[in-house]
Amino acid sequence: MPLSTQLPTSGEPYVLVVSLDNARHLSSLLRAVHFQDHATCFATANGLRVTVEDAKCIQANAFIQAEIFQEFTVQEESVTFRINLSVLLDCLTIFGASSLPGTSTALRMCYRGYGYPLMLFLEEGGVVTVCKINTQEPDELLDFDFCSTKVVNKIILQSEGLREAFAELDMTSEVLQITMSPDKPYFRLSTFGNAGSAHLDYPKDSDLMEAFHCNQTQTNRYKISLLKPSTKALALSCKVSIRTDAQGFLSLQYMIRNEDGQICFVEYYCCPDEDITEAEL
Amino acid sequence: VINTIAKLAKTCTLRLTVSKLYFILSDKVANGGVSMWCELCQGNFFDEFQMEGAAAEHNEIYLELVPENLSRALKTAQSAKAVKIKLMNKHCPCLRVAVELPSLSSSSRIVTHDIPVGVIPRRLWNDFREPSVPDFDVSIYLPVLKTMKSVVERMKNLSNSIVIEANLNGEMNLKIETDLVSVTTHFKDLGNPPWASEDGCPSSAPDRDLESMAEARIDIRKLQQLLAGQQVNPTKALCNIVSKRIVHFILLHEDVSLQYFIPALA
Repeated sequence: MPLSTQLPTSGEPYVLVVSLDNARHLSSLLRAVHFQDHATCFATANGLRVTVEDAKCIQANAFIQAEIFQEFTVQEESVTFRINLSVLLDCLTIFGASSLPGTSTALRMCYRGYGYPLMLFLEEGGVVTVCKINTQEPDELLDFDFCSTKVVNKIILQSEGLREAFAELDMTSEVLQITMSPDKPYFRLSTFGNAGSAHLDYPKDSDLMEAFHCNQTQTNRYKISLLKPSTKALALSCKVSIRTDAQGFLSLQYMIRNEDGQICFVEYYCCPDEDITEAEL
Repeated sequence: VINTIAKLAKTCTLRLTVSKLYFILSDKVANGGVSMWCELCQGNFFDEFQMEGAAAEHNEIYLELVPENLSRALKTAQSAKAVKIKLMNKHCPCLRVAVELPSLSSSSRIVTHDIPVGVIPRRLWNDFREPSVPDFDVSIYLPVLKTMKSVVERMKNLSNSIVIEANLNGEMNLKIETDLVSVTTHFKDLGNPPWASEDGCPSSAPDRDLESMAEARIDIRKLQQLLAGQQVNPTKALCNIVSKRIVHFILLHEDVSLQYFIPALA
């Protein structure tokens, strides 16, 4: 049953119209950045970016390129709105979080512009659900000003190597300390919890290491409660790039392959808790 | 069956007759106005069934019990060789569930659960009569329960109440509306069950417009509880809607029939 029969006739001034055969391609990515109720959606001809922030020190972005969608039309240069991400996710997964293989929920999203609600049309097995979610004024977003020219240290790892480590992080520790260095221990994750400190080292010649470009020894601490949500993105991803700049700002970029083999990215930016740069450990 | 009942009612009445068992919940305010009537033939479940009621003309027993207790007792019986249930009166009346478990040694292990019950005196039996099918506006078959369950569960996160509406054209909509969001799920081609009253005429108004919807706003948690309790697809599942008053669900499995009434919210 074509969803287009449900829509009002063309001539309605929708500034954003998006169609996706498998809503899971969108919902699983959004879950990876869902650590706050509200998110800002930013659409351009290139695709959709959904941003979630917390405490002015962490920002997560999910990027879904236009090519992932079956239809992606933006009438203006860019369309921005703020929306309740929990509600959006409940609607996207209205037919169940994980359906049987072979069945998928088809999605059509329409937005008429400032002040209008976001309309979702979801269809699975002949049943149609229509959702109208109220949108809000987009907030000022943090600009981490993290550009590749200012990167001091960069590592690309296969995600499977980090998954267990992140899932088992000692949450009684307030911080996660990340050390990156051209010398030993190369790449170290440390926590300092009630039971003591734990250190996890990854040698630069490990099989899991895809790229290792460390120029300077840096040790930075980040509030572990802020980074914990990134575990969701890590779980979905196949590769992760970890970069720090001179101020110790952290960029985690996750490469995620969806069911159809298409690539999307999720990014986490985090401010350091304290700035500790040690010449030697 | 007991697990389903346990999910729907904290306390209910068990009525025993020679041929049937009934689990009854009557529509008191404490239940939020819902009532339930579940009926099963003892022959489908028990190899042996003996009972003696209050009196010869009224060969029935009415007990008040907490189904969760019975459910827990029966959990032990998952891999049992045999289960025996007896109504006893020691210091107080109770249902003794004796479960014979297989064991490695030659003698079997018997685990006994004593579930306290209240005996309901005959003068109160009238409180537990079978509810009559209400004068409904629309009767319609329910959609695939799995889909309905998923949708209602998600809607439960978004709103406290849900509107069920349906028409005689086989269409049903589930709707929620809050300040933040409104969601409507449309089910089509569901089919409307044919009802005939004693004199052969259909119960609902014969000239009712097919497209016109009968609707009721109900507590979403009650609906979700009912659906969550259905582990297996029923043979027949339908609901009768009395506009703005009550929704009457009938779920038929091979050997059990369950009726559940959810009143409309004020």
